[in-house]
Amino acid sequence: MSSDILIEARGIHAYYGASHILHGVDFTIRRGETIGLMGRNGMGKTTLLKSMLGLLPPREGNVLVRGSDMTRAAPYRVARAGIAYVPEGRGIFPNLSVRENLIMAARAGRDGRNDWTLDLVLATFPRLRERLKHGGQQLSGGEQQMLTIARALLTNPDLLILDEATEGLAPLVAQEIWRILHRIRQTGISSIIVDKNLSAVSAISDRNVVLVKGQVVFEGDSDSLRAQPDSLRSWLGV
Amino acid sequence: MDPTIFLIQLLNGVQYGLLLFLVASGLTLIFGIMGVINLAHGSFYMVGAYLAWSLTQALGSFWLALAAGIVLSVVLGMLLEWLFIRHLYRRDHLQQVLLTYGLILVFSELRSILWGDDVHGVAVPAMLSGSIALTETLAYPVYRFWLSAICVLLAGLMYYLIQHTRLGMMIRAGATNREMTQSLGIDIGLLYRFVFAFGVALAAFAGMIAAPVSSVFPGMGNQVLILCFVVVVIGGLGSVKGALAAALLIGLIDTFGKVVEFELAGFQVLPELAGMSVFVMMAIVLLWRPEGLFSRRLR
Ligand SMILES: Nc1ncnc2c1ncn2[C@@H]1O[C@H](COP(=O)(O)OP(=O)(O)O)[C@@H](O)[C@H]1O
Ligand SMILES: [Mg+2]
Repeated sequence: MSSDILIEARGIHAYYGASHILHGVDFTIRRGETIGLMGRNGMGKTTLLKSMLGLLPPREGNVLVRGSDMTRAAPYRVARAGIAYVPEGRGIFPNLSVRENLIMAARAGRDGRNDWTLDLVLATFPRLRERLKHGGQQLSGGEQQMLTIARALLTNPDLLILDEATEGLAPLVAQEIWRILHRIRQTGISSIIVDKNLSAVSAISDRNVVLVKGQVVFEGDSDSLRAQPDSLRSWLGV
Repeated sequence: MDPTIFLIQLLNGVQYGLLLFLVASGLTLIFGIMGVINLAHGSFYMVGAYLAWSLTQALGSFWLALAAGIVLSVVLGMLLEWLFIRHLYRRDHLQQVLLTYGLILVFSELRSILWGDDVHGVAVPAMLSGSIALTETLAYPVYRFWLSAICVLLAGLMYYLIQHTRLGMMIRAGATNREMTQSLGIDIGLLYRFVFAFGVALAAFAGMIAAPVSSVFPGMGNQVLILCFVVVVIGGLGSVKGALAAALLIGLIDTFGKVVEFELAGFQVLPELAGMSVFVMMAIVLLWRPEGLFSRRLR
């Protein structure tokens, strides 16, 4: 089944300067899988994502993307391998219009597939259609998140990585984002979703990974995660 | 002032301003997009002028020299970016200033070795050597009209490229968020190399087309560099639109400052102090708008 593996991270040790953040993390995601990545603030979730995306190359360990070593590859090469990133804080280009934000990076997928077009994306996020001419900085938080997800989809990825998918969004807007993530999941795109909302994450994920202080303390499906309420409290504070 | 003289000075001022814009736009682009202060930018103007002179002699045609000069300056820009500039993106401005100041010295020395220290002239190409009669007694050189037209064309092309193409969108995106741009699959290193080379080529091209209307001399790079910084500061760091407005303003002030008579309290202010006029203008603009006329549009 190894041909099905999109990203395989092995024994990742990541640092910011002298501070040692990840202590030997293993992480694998396969085609079609949705993984919830959980942990309290500061436990290393974003750091793990950045290590896999080429944004913070790990000091030790390897990152294989579709079987080829991309541990120190430039971030654009990881992206070109079919991996799209919706970062914490969203990463909208404030000096570009909504339309420009969308089309600037649009491209066919790795196998030439062009499932996500501007039209389809606008049909999925009708609110963006009304805002096409607005500047990126004029959007509300929810619209910005929709824009980053839409922008990521337009690269026709095989894997969508969302960091803090609904952070800071009003409950109704967050609900809409979750609905869209379920729709995306049904199209067969894999996802790694980081979010504080345990019930929403476990409702969409096939597998969950919990990080504590830069180490994986749990890996398993949502039922087995929910079956450990005591550990959940210490891992996630819920 | 006589209306025809006024018209001629106006044309001269606009033409000078447009030429200044070509050089300054590269400077402001490189600052606005990559955040690099490039003191060596004036050197590219000087190199362009010397290339026009030596290549016109070698190839026997100004037009061939222009074509070859553009190719050479793009290659030079790519090479410099790869060797030096790319290491400066994450450094502070002091280090950028030191390295690019070093490049000025290197280019000056290379110019001295390759081409000597003499002043040269480049003939206006035969095709454009005529004049257009403005009145019965006064004519204006065709070459200067052509020069202005080329500058306007390039300014328009640049505007289109930056504002309306996907390449321009990627460049603008990279100016605000480098990491995110990369994570969308864009090779920002290559993009920046292209932008830098484009800036170098613009400055060198300005030097090439300026050669037939001004002399080719060793200090021309530093002279234009200072004016370009005035343009970039007045226009607003990183703003191409601002650079255009400011370059035209400087071109006109500098030109008219040298021909207008202006007396204040018995002292002949202009044209005596014409050399200072652009700096006085800069001081006024900065007091009124410290960010420049147009604040950065790219960042
Ligand atoms: N740029 C940085 N420089 C130094 N330390 C950082 C930086 N970013 C994050 N950290 C530290 O790394 C640890 C993990 O952070 P992060 O991966 O962002 O956690 P999470 O995403 O799980 O909240 C935290 O202790 C945080 O303070
Ligand atoms: Mg985080």
